[in-house]
Amino acid sequence: MSTSTEVTTFHPEVLVTGGKTYVDVNNDVSAPLERFPAKAWWVCFIIAVMTFGLGATLAGIMFVNGLGVLGLNQPNGWGIFIVNFVFWVGIGHAGTLISAVLFLFRQKWRTAINRSAEAMTIFAVMTALLFPVIHTGRPWYAAIWLLPYPNQRHLWVNFRSPLLWDVFAVGTYFTISLTFWFVGLIPDLATVRDRAKNSLRKTIYTVLSLGWRGSNKNWSHYESTYMILAGLSTPLVLSVHSVVSFDFATSNLPGWHTTIFPPYFVAGAIFSGFAMVVTLLVIAREVFKLKDYITLNHLEKMNKIIMATGMIVGYAYSCEFFIAWYSGSPFERFAFINRAFGPYWWAYWIMVSCNVFIPQVFWFRKARRSIPIMFVVSLFVNIGMWFERFVIVVTSLHRDFLPSNWKYYVPTWFDWGITLGSFGWFFIWFLLFCRVLPVIAMAEVKGVMNVDEGDGSHGPAPLKEVPAHG
Amino acid sequence: MDNQANVPQLAGVVGFFSDPHLLLKATAKVRDSSYPHFDAFTPYPVHGMDEAQGLKRSPLPFVTFAAGLTGCTLGFMLQYWTSVIDWPLIVGGKPFNSWPAFVPVMFECTILFAGLGTVGAMFLLNGLPNHKRKAFDPRITRDQFALMIEAPGAVEADRAEGFDERKVAEFLKSLGAKEVKSVYSEGWF
Repeated sequence: MSTSTEVTTFHPEVLVTGGKTYVDVNNDVSAPLERFPAKAWWVCFIIAVMTFGLGATLAGIMFVNGLGVLGLNQPNGWGIFIVNFVFWVGIGHAGTLISAVLFLFRQKWRTAINRSAEAMTIFAVMTALLFPVIHTGRPWYAAIWLLPYPNQRHLWVNFRSPLLWDVFAVGTYFTISLTFWFVGLIPDLATVRDRAKNSLRKTIYTVLSLGWRGSNKNWSHYESTYMILAGLSTPLVLSVHSVVSFDFATSNLPGWHTTIFPPYFVAGAIFSGFAMVVTLLVIAREVFKLKDYITLNHLEKMNKIIMATGMIVGYAYSCEFFIAWYSGSPFERFAFINRAFGPYWWAYWIMVSCNVFIPQVFWFRKARRSIPIMFVVSLFVNIGMWFERFVIVVTSLHRDFLPSNWKYYVPTWFDWGITLGSFGWFFIWFLLFCRVLPVIAMAEVKGVMNVDEGDGSHGPAPLKEVPAHG
Repeated sequence: MDNQANVPQLAGVVGFFSDPHLLLKATAKVRDSSYPHFDAFTPYPVHGMDEAQGLKRSPLPFVTFAAGLTGCTLGFMLQYWTSVIDWPLIVGGKPFNSWPAFVPVMFECTILFAGLGTVGAMFLLNGLPNHKRKAFDPRITRDQFALMIEAPGAVEADRAEGFDERKVAEFLKSLGAKEVKSVYSEGWF
């Protein structure tokens, strides 16, 4: 090792504000874990549980009576449940994008948001997985019949079907996301363990942290693993929504049978996921007092991504129309004219307004940095992206090739109640996560903080000496 | 092992540094010294520490490659065997071995095996999980940068008499450690 040193003069971007030290990071991030939940948390939690209870009750009645209680009928064999499945899988994609893709691009600002975004991914996929299973009406069979296993019927699953690819894609996605998330949590769980005073808490976090002690020999393998998982998750996340889009794109139905679907779905997924991250973080940073970690700069960057992906989605909408015209296929042309100006015109224009027009306010820096504006926009994007899936699923099905086969699909309150219940399920998990796990990756944030001295007496200072290599 | 003697086994001497740059310099000096067993303990991965410690690059990428290849092969074999050998069934007029349709599942199996294999190998290399480990200093996961010069293990201890607790402590202090303490084995090593 050379002994020469050189003074670096660049001033890296300040990612953590408020003059925080390493000790403050531990105290601030661990605080919500170490106190009894506040009243507001209980109110949210009870609402979430009740909402989920409503959905579960309706689902129970549906299992007893059959799928007839839903609005499904010929020609709409797919309805709100499939919309919800695609919606929730899409929500998950932003978490992986933040944790894996931004990591590979060395975007250090991701450290403030990756933990909660990855948690969101996992809970969103857990929510998504409910729908195809209950959509079968007999979930206790569906849960196992989807998997290839030797059975008394001597039959195998159909490996040529995109619906089965979905099982593998979403299953792998869930497993790898959970693994990636847990690997990222290990050092922070050790931090919580080392802070624990209560012996039960100590025991729980000792088990969860696997005996991590911050040894550099361990860090070396750990960082290698983290990089590899990021590298694996990146093609994985692209494959998942591509495979979900194959569910539609491999069919012969006008409006579904298009090659643009995989990239269009992936862009839409990232778009909706980032909107959900903004929705959740705007609340979380307020409630848990994490404004110095999840700063306006972080939110602004996410808003830029929302606008960029929103325009990709807008481009996809127009491209679909162009190709429908350019293809010369009358069925394809009809499907798209019917989509925008047919009986479901309202759904189409809600989608376009929410996804393409409203995010344009982010051209203005003031709007990108305004909490109320970004919160409202992110809610609109969530609504718009839900309607995008509604438009895709419902409008293509409701008028197919034969006019005698046309019908106006109307969801029943079972559809809506179970949809609402899925939000309850998602928020139950997210609220529990906020109470029992550190919502910010403490070890990663410390790595990007540029704290001069760690003894708690100094604030952030520009990087001073770096040993020169070679 | 601790029960063999009532005297706790000396695990090593640990020095605390408040600054990662100091720790990097100190670690490089220990690497070039006569103490073969040492390790740095940090709240976050410190860049340049692997070189300062003389660690080789992690072999994990090879594990990933092997596991990914295994997953891809098994994914194909599962589909080939079920669709061609065990129950050949014509679906959509396609050949039994319609391999392009098998690609998505092969891809997902590749990722699944590669990811889980890598994490499994990382646990193995790092000796995780090990719940018997106790935090020898809770400040390490907070803001302290520690360097431990490990005492020779129980087997080596009889032969290596040269490990002098005080001398090691002096050495660490000369490297800039602001606090030095001896650590006794509590199921740690």
